Amino acid sequence: MKSYDVIDLAVRNLRESVFRNSLTTIGISVGVASLVAMLSLGIGLQQLASRRLQKSGLFDTVVATSRRDFRNFREQRDEGPPPAESPALDEPARQKIERLPGVVEAYPDIRFVTELRFGDKPHLTMVAGVPFSAKNNNDAFDGMQGSFFSSDAVPEVILQKSFAEELLGKTPKLGADNTNIAELAKPLLGKELMMRYAERIAPPSSTGPGDGAAYSVVSRQQALKIVGVTDLDPDSMRGTARARVFLPLKLAQDLHVMQSDLRDTSPSSAPTYTSLSVRVGNPNQVPVVEDAIKKMGFSAFSIVDATRSMRQFFAVLDVFLGIFGSLALAVASIGIVNTLVMAILERRREIGIMKALGASDADVRGLFFAEAGAMGLVGGAVGVALGWTIGRLINLGTNIYLERQHFPPAQIWSVPLWLVLSAITFSIVVSLLSGLYPAARAARLDPVQALRYE
Amino acid sequence: MDGVGPNPLAVRTENVCRHFQMGDALVRAVDGISIDIRAGEFVALLGPSGSGKSSLLNLVAGLDRPTSGAVIVQGNNLATLSREKLAKYRLHTVGMVFQSFNLIPSMTLLENVELPMRFAEVDRRERGALARQSLERVGLSGRLAHRPMELSGGEQQRASLARALINRPKLLLADEPTGNLDSRTGTEIMELIRSFNQSLGMTVLMVTHELALAEKHAGRMVHLADGRLVDDIRNDDVPNVSSVPASEQGGTQ
Repeated sequence: MKSYDVIDLAVRNLRESVFRNSLTTIGISVGVASLVAMLSLGIGLQQLASRRLQKSGLFDTVVATSRRDFRNFREQRDEGPPPAESPALDEPARQKIERLPGVVEAYPDIRFVTELRFGDKPHLTMVAGVPFSAKNNNDAFDGMQGSFFSSDAVPEVILQKSFAEELLGKTPKLGADNTNIAELAKPLLGKELMMRYAERIAPPSSTGPGDGAAYSVVSRQQALKIVGVTDLDPDSMRGTARARVFLPLKLAQDLHVMQSDLRDTSPSSAPTYTSLSVRVGNPNQVPVVEDAIKKMGFSAFSIVDATRSMRQFFAVLDVFLGIFGSLALAVASIGIVNTLVMAILERRREIGIMKALGASDADVRGLFFAEAGAMGLVGGAVGVALGWTIGRLINLGTNIYLERQHFPPAQIWSVPLWLVLSAITFSIVVSLLSGLYPAARAARLDPVQALRYE
Repeated sequence: MDGVGPNPLAVRTENVCRHFQMGDALVRAVDGISIDIRAGEFVALLGPSGSGKSSLLNLVAGLDRPTSGAVIVQGNNLATLSREKLAKYRLHTVGMVFQSFNLIPSMTLLENVELPMRFAEVDRRERGALARQSLERVGLSGRLAHRPMELSGGEQQRASLARALINRPKLLLADEPTGNLDSRTGTEIMELIRSFNQSLGMTVLMVTHELALAEKHAGRMVHLADGRLVDDIRNDDVPNVSSVPASEQGGTQ
């Protein structure tokens, strides 16, 4: 029989017992739905976690430092030129690193402790430069109050929540913090903050080698407009050196603030950097970029192994979710076997007639197979839609809960196209496997016995 | 043996047996029957219930396999054919008509008649026209879209005949085709079968227990009892079809 006829007859047969076949198909749908809902949550959580971690800058960033900087004692065992002969981490080096394949940007790490005056009161804190690209790839700035810097070098400032509390004279609470960030930001946004700092000026004569160490320090101040207050900590991965006030990186660079560390120990007059943050487009490229930077004679480190173990964790989680989701599909597959075995009993005579008319074993087998496959296809498609809806509802419910707890909304559910296609394919395959036994049984039916059946 | 005409052999059974084990007892449904049927013959298989008529018919139809002996149709011993080849034989060589019509209730008459053509992989566009023609030939052109339950017994049997003939079989096998019909309708069906036998030169093997019907329509009457052949009579009242081209009959000699 031609495949068109097999499908046509199968659909006709399914329509004949529409109630029973619908129930079986609903069984498959529920199985597929639970599988899709489970995996969509697994995938969603994985995406959420990797998004967060990627934006934290921990997994797509290589930190490059000069080997001359003796503070980097942990790198001393590395192979490469001895510290004294290694190149300086200056602007040409930064540009060279930025041109490495896979590198998105390389920016200097500028942070200094300074005094900020709000009204009359002085506040001492760590200030850090933030590259303009952080607007889109650091999720600490996603849910903040106010806005991100209007451009790369404007005298604007974003405050971390705890510093905002300090400015307003509130004591930061320990433990659960339910302070409403919007209320905190309201009196501060648009206000001015006066930053007092020490500018480091190289004397005009310092052109020859060996003069780089000579410089003068001038006391300066800079007015800064508060444009944003952020709840999360953009600098959370920095540990104890965390900054609470953020300036546009370009502005921070132009101010030539005298930093407290041993920057600019180079023999040349050109400014050098303590460290560069090298952002890589794809976390998988981190080891390659790290090696390339090391080959250039700098020290480099990243925490790339952590992503690997995270991916491993989610792979295990997905397997478990998939197994639980598949259980319902396994139960549904027993429903298919039952329905088709019942159909054989019911259509025993019809099978006998078809065989008497010349249907081969393969024709009869194909017919039952097609019926199982059709139930799998419809069940799979309905199941994916149902699973999608369930996942969406769970996401919605979670976000309502998060909102009540004053957390930013999160997408914990994701149904990528591959999941849709593989769920439907899986459903069809499971249905076909379930149809194997009934189809074989129908094909082997003795036509004389079948025709005698009333 | 009586009833042997000039045409080639259509069916030959050689000492064919079909035994069933029923608990401890061995039932000899067909017990060593040898018979030659020539192309174009109209043979009636007669006998009381349990005489082995239907069992013999099932063996010739390729629905069952003999316990021993041979059933030779078109030079092929059906006993040795594979399941697949046997299905092909039923599809192309045999047309079957049953006492209970055996139309598929969920299909219209047109779809029922089209069904064997689906198995024979006849082109979709040709099927409708061929099925219509076949139903017209049995006088059911106005009933194409009706389901079997909406028709009388006679109409159903006519539709079943149209279906049996759709793949142009060489052999028409009928198992009590008038058993469920009143005598007038039964006669109509018999005349229809007889007309196919005459006009198409089709070999007919019909199981019946109605002697009068057999005498009126069949050219040869084979009597069975307890699975054995007891009588094989040529009916001179009914002329046998002669001069059927061997190519059409696919005879064995």
